[in-house]
Amino acid sequence: MIVRKLRFINIINIINQFWGTSIACEMEYPINLYIESISVIGNLAGSILILKLLFGEGQELGGWDWARSLIVLGFYTLLEGFTISLLQPNMKRIVNQIQDGTFDFVLLKPIDSQFILSLRIFSPWGIPSVICGVSLIIFGLSMINWSLSLLLISYTIILFLCSLIILYSIWFIVSTFSIWFIRVWNANEVLRSVLVSGRYPISSYPPVLRTILTFVLPVAFLTTFPAEAILGQISYKILILAVIFSVLSFFASRIFWKFALRFYTSASS
Amino acid sequence: MTVIRRYQVNIISFLRIIKALIVSQYALMLEYRAEIALWALSGLLPLIMLSIWSQINTDVTSYLQNIDLTKYFMSAFIVRQFTAVWVIISFEEDNLKGLISPYLIQPVNPFWRYLSSHIAEQLTRVPIVILICMLIYFVSPNMIWLPNIATLLLSLITIFGAFLIRFLLHWNFAMMCFWTDRASGIERLLLIPYLFLSGLVAPLELYPETLYKLANLTPFPIILSFPAKILAGQAVNVLNGFLIITFWVLFLTVTSTILWRLGVRHYSSMGA
Repeated sequence: MIVRKLRFINIINIINQFWGTSIACEMEYPINLYIESISVIGNLAGSILILKLLFGEGQELGGWDWARSLIVLGFYTLLEGFTISLLQPNMKRIVNQIQDGTFDFVLLKPIDSQFILSLRIFSPWGIPSVICGVSLIIFGLSMINWSLSLLLISYTIILFLCSLIILYSIWFIVSTFSIWFIRVWNANEVLRSVLVSGRYPISSYPPVLRTILTFVLPVAFLTTFPAEAILGQISYKILILAVIFSVLSFFASRIFWKFALRFYTSASS
Repeated sequence: MTVIRRYQVNIISFLRIIKALIVSQYALMLEYRAEIALWALSGLLPLIMLSIWSQINTDVTSYLQNIDLTKYFMSAFIVRQFTAVWVIISFEEDNLKGLISPYLIQPVNPFWRYLSSHIAEQLTRVPIVILICMLIYFVSPNMIWLPNIATLLLSLITIFGAFLIRFLLHWNFAMMCFWTDRASGIERLLLIPYLFLSGLVAPLELYPETLYKLANLTPFPIILSFPAKILAGQAVNVLNGFLIITFWVLFLTVTSTILWRLGVRHYSSMGA
């Protein structure tokens, strides 16, 4: 089968079509905007309350003070928005398509299947999370003596992009398992429940768990490292490590997907 | 005389129906045991919170000094396992697929169908949770303890009471499906007070005074904190707790009956 090389202009055009239709679809349920907003604000208020309780007992959380912990929480909320908007709806679609057999139509299209599966849907309901996350980061920064520096901002952007890629790769690898196991929807819930640990700085966990959350399940790369970057506490080593890690995880997802496709036998066959 | 006899027959046949529902749902759930194992694993939150709380240096005067945090959060983990409720999601799905119509024709209220499927799922979870506990024991032995028989029995009863309250609460909101296509958003909203007012992520006693009182006005502490404390062997007012459980079960039964009657009257099948 011929898979055409994607040209940049084509990509923009396709994404425009994809997201335009999916947003139009979601707009049919405008009440979801209120539900999502309440949900985001409620969750955030709850998380801040718990953080406050943790600080009420001890004066610090693994060496992080109140303002800096809020920044970690901000990055977590930001990533959650990304998850709600892109990862979750597309993942749900992959699982459904493989179960129903409509996945065949994806493979028949002259376009890279991983591309179409990962970016087919954009759900606008993650936007409240993104707004809240960014505001929380700015609020946290305003509480400390933070001065704008282009260097720090660029480090943060690099590390945040790395965290997006790592998060995406993990999700996509889990989704890929549905080629064999079909209903992997709850494998995802397990993943989500572990990722919740990203709400708090990695150093607030016991040492063993810290190692696991850095190297086995890279939660540290998702929230703690971008927060350290914006605070200017990051070392070059971590920066390079994050870039290598994200590239590796992306290629891992790619190779695993190609491998899994060989086992796809369509529904009912 | 005949009236009484018919009534008795009805009770017996009703029990037979419930038994049949539970047995068949149990068989169905066994089919999905791998999936249920994953659901069980996804309830890790109390253990994550435990690992953070255990790292905090507390004052001697603090509430945390007087309770066994490990026992509390482990109990919360177990209570949460057996109070899992997803009735809004399945009711919405069945409603959208038009399955409610045939259920309505049957001589038993669909409520019992959903309730028995939840109970069957919990039965399937028992060996899974035991396995997880054994795994935890293997990794860190001091996190597992054996409660005495009296505590265990009392916990079983309170956990079931807690489950019943949570199920009825969700059932009340599932009735929204009669008026709207998408009720699952409500479930997301219900999750928030459940997370933060039930004592799942922190012992409620640490909360500010007003918030603590406010939480106790909702059914959430009784759904998690109360059975978890009993299982952890903390001193609690058992009688008071049972009165609250009875109150919520009765209250939610009445409201859900009213909503059900209104909803069925409003119901117009999918696509009609």
